[in-house]
Amino acid sequence: MRNSADVVIIGGGISGCSVAYNLAKKGVKNIVVLEKRFICGGSTGACGAGVRMQWGTEMNCLFSKYSIEFFEHANETLEYDGDIEFKQKGYLLIADTDREIEQFKKNIEVQHACGIPSRMVSLDEARSIVPHLNTSILKGAAFCEKDGFLNPFHTTDAYYRAARRLGVEFLHPVTVIGLTTSGGRISGVVTDKGVIHTNCVINAAGGASKQICDMVGISVPVISERHQILVTEPVEPMQEPMVMSFGLNLYVQQSPHGSFIMGRGCDAEPRDGRVTSSHEFLSEMAKTITRTLPPIGKLRVVRQWAGLYNITPDRQPIYEKSADVNGFYMCIGFSGHGFMFGPVTGVVMSEMILGETPTIDASKLSLGRFGRGEMVFEPSVV
Amino acid sequence: MENTIICRCSDVTLLRVRQLIADGYTSMDEIKRITRLGMGSCQGKTCSLLIMRELAAAGFPPATQTPQTTRPPAVGVKLELIAKEAENNEKQR
Ligand SMILES: Cc1cc2nc3c(=O)[nH]c(=O)nc-3n(C[C@H](O)[C@H](O)[C@H](O)COP(=O)(O)OP(=O)(O)OC[C@H]3O[C@@H](n4cnc5c(N)ncnc54)[C@H](O)[C@@H]3O)c2cc1C
Repeated sequence: MRNSADVVIIGGGISGCSVAYNLAKKGVKNIVVLEKRFICGGSTGACGAGVRMQWGTEMNCLFSKYSIEFFEHANETLEYDGDIEFKQKGYLLIADTDREIEQFKKNIEVQHACGIPSRMVSLDEARSIVPHLNTSILKGAAFCEKDGFLNPFHTTDAYYRAARRLGVEFLHPVTVIGLTTSGGRISGVVTDKGVIHTNCVINAAGGASKQICDMVGISVPVISERHQILVTEPVEPMQEPMVMSFGLNLYVQQSPHGSFIMGRGCDAEPRDGRVTSSHEFLSEMAKTITRTLPPIGKLRVVRQWAGLYNITPDRQPIYEKSADVNGFYMCIGFSGHGFMFGPVTGVVMSEMILGETPTIDASKLSLGRFGRGEMVFEPSVV
Repeated sequence: MENTIICRCSDVTLLRVRQLIADGYTSMDEIKRITRLGMGSCQGKTCSLLIMRELAAAGFPPATQTPQTTRPPAVGVKLELIAKEAENNEKQR
């Protein structure tokens, strides 16, 4: 293994691959990505890969709009010989309480100010968009036709291959076990395969981000919570958009190859890093889907799995250039939306590392916000 | 090779698998994520041994491989039956 690098990125998920690509595109040489499993072996490879612009804060609306516009042309931009499979058929947000409807209306005002084509839809219209929706339990819905979902493996692969072509070296399986500093500056990365000397490290370690920060004595308010998801047998196309509900605790999509992928959260999920499966999830998911979209209940579930949400107190990521340890950066704490922020993460971090004027304003997402009590409150987050 | 289907659930050919191995995707998990091989209803029962053989022939023997994670359910089950059973259990409690 090589023993020095200009930049070491820890983690080969969407964040690490996007940062690597963006740095390399700006001309940075000698970039190494270290991954303990394989590319896309963390949360990115377990996620629903939904991308939506229907947020309640201007910042999240602008971030996701940037990402969606990137994904629309990503096959060409990243010169991918595969297909990232962007199914851009919208997100139908459904609500079963009046309070949520009021929130949707407020959110839509913010979205419209950002140029996002979202709108409230009547229950009749919701049923014309998704015919198998049980509207008898609903109060209303919101729709944005430009939202959608992708193939997370291919999207990450597209970044990975583009970065590789630009000279980035990906090493796996290599586990980072320590970081060294000298005079307040990063000096090296200790791995199970040897030491790499470097003055620049980016923590993009997803569910293990806290452990990496601990290695340089930086304490971050993040936890990693298990989130479960399942997939059914493939069937004929019958549902175009992602259907999601905060109140009913559900998201469900039909992937281009026909299977339905669905998930929900639960406060009792373990926070010890395990990604095992539970029968409680299977039962609750089955009940929710059968009640909300009854015909999907007729389908067979073929597999359930799980990944980690790396969560901060305000469920927004931390994009940070450390003030305490020179040369240490982090893009962590993405909660349930780090996939859709992937394109933003790469741009924000590469500009931060190179000291360029930011083209995307992510200054609100510094680590210091928690100490200052300046959290970013997003009303529509999972 | 282009006509030999190695994963029947997800329609993946032997040619595709060999191309990926040659391109540096040298484990079941990596090949699975690019091709959906092993993600279908058999969950890799049919194809994983064939993939192991291909990997071994390319210099990546089983001893160096981590097997893919086995996940529930063992066979496909209708969601509405799981829902019904869950509700029955709740009533009995
Ligand atoms: C069930 C589920 C559904 C989701 N649905 C969505 C969705 O619809 N839309 C959305 O935008 N987001 C979704 N998310 C969230 C999304 O998956 C994550 O926010 C995102 O993938 C984070 O990417 P990442 O690259 O930062 O982390 P990861 O993908 O976790 O990558 C981190 C990598 O670092 C590696 N690593 C860790 N420690 C070390 C070490 N010591 N040395 C070397 N390597 C190390 C890991 O192996 C891993 O591969 C979902 C998540 C889950 C679990």
